[in-house]
Amino acid sequence: MSRDRVRVVVTGLGVTTPLGGDVASTWSALLAGQSGIHTLTEDWIDLLPVKFGARAAVDPTTVLPRPESRRLDRAEQFALIAAREAWRDAGTPKVAPDRLGVVVGSGIGGITTILAAYDVFKEKGWQRLSPFTVPMLMPNGSAGWIGIELGATAGVHATVSACATGAESIGYAMEMIRSGRADVVVAGGTEAAIHPLNIGSFAAMRAMSTRNDEPERASRPWDKDRDGFVLGEGAGIVVLESEEHARARGARVYAEASGVGYSGDAHHIAQPEPTGAGLRSAARRVLEDSGLTGQDIWHVNAHATSTPAGDVLEAVAIHEIIGDHPLVTSTKSMTGHLLGGAGGIESVFTIKALYDRIVPATVNLDNLDDGVEVDIVRGEPRKLPGGQIAAINNSFGFGGHNVAVAFASI
Amino acid sequence: MAVTEQEILAGLGKIINEITGIPAPEVTPEKNFVDDLDIDSLSMVEIAVAAQDEFGVEIPDDQLKHLKTVKDVVNFIQN
Repeated sequence: MSRDRVRVVVTGLGVTTPLGGDVASTWSALLAGQSGIHTLTEDWIDLLPVKFGARAAVDPTTVLPRPESRRLDRAEQFALIAAREAWRDAGTPKVAPDRLGVVVGSGIGGITTILAAYDVFKEKGWQRLSPFTVPMLMPNGSAGWIGIELGATAGVHATVSACATGAESIGYAMEMIRSGRADVVVAGGTEAAIHPLNIGSFAAMRAMSTRNDEPERASRPWDKDRDGFVLGEGAGIVVLESEEHARARGARVYAEASGVGYSGDAHHIAQPEPTGAGLRSAARRVLEDSGLTGQDIWHVNAHATSTPAGDVLEAVAIHEIIGDHPLVTSTKSMTGHLLGGAGGIESVFTIKALYDRIVPATVNLDNLDDGVEVDIVRGEPRKLPGGQIAAINNSFGFGGHNVAVAFASI
Repeated sequence: MAVTEQEILAGLGKIINEITGIPAPEVTPEKNFVDDLDIDSLSMVEIAVAAQDEFGVEIPDDQLKHLKTVKDVVNFIQN
């Protein structure tokens, strides 16, 4: 695994999810097999064929001071909360501003701000628009706010690749450190897209589960009766650091951030490429980039969103490139799908699994679909072995973006 | 009946607290919005709109940029 380049390690974790307002509460809920998916009670729900979702367990406006939350889009609120937790968790590193970077993206950006602001515009005129409307709606707003708060001047970036956004951000952050642009980078993804327009639009694609009578059972990756994904919200952020910088300050190191593999399907704007070629390329490239072999990978936090098309293709690609030995799970069965936030929270879960040597089970998997020959964790969490092991988080997005990030035990 | 300076000051303190989190008692007449209260131009727009609602006095953009201190705003509203 040694290569003649800067090694990147993970020193801080932060999330706010449908299962909890921080890493500890979310992780214990995942291990307990709890669901963050519930019936939505908003008055617009009657207009839609989908009547449930995975709201954040902790309302961000109860965490942030009011003057702050009123100038932030909900996605930015989640991102700041998760970034602050990750930064504290990393021990609030002392780092020169020009050696500190941020890479935090969102799949959609400030969509609830856009829609609410347009209502204000139509009803009351431009004079009544908040002067913060633009910084609230822009998808790089979260990165900007985090950069301001931490004083990060090495570079502040926001990748946008739909549901691959969070993982792509973490990959980009690794590359910032490896290339010598920064010593510490705060990276991840955020999303706040539970709005009737989004649910209606995803429903128009026939992409969402409509299991309205059993919301907690609706997200069921690899199950024969899965019928679509469940929309969730929240953010997941990691603090990445050069190993040298982390060691010099005596930081607690969760894992090595070993590498990233990207590919583009170049096939269809929203459907997976049917042979899984892009997924296999991303898997091969993450192994190559990390200097790992399939045998080193003991766990995969899969993208598996509970849609009919994608789940089996991914399992087949994992089987072919990595093997049948890793413990595979889809935490989306409990959190729902956080879109741009997914790769952020699921990277945090992958790192926690490695560090605590335990993999949460995929819930609702009653009847395994045909063609799934990987070892999916079902029923109860399962332990990972001791010694040197590695794990991968997969994230794939509309547009044909495939991203796999690898982490290794230290 | 015209509002008193004290009433305007109290109203502004409330508005500025709501928008920026600055405690209302710190909003005193001599304070400069930028130098003393660290209020940026975007927040000043919000404050101006809220003050218009509160006191029924329109503050045009070309006037707003001349209102540097809390006292300036109080005087503008009174006159």
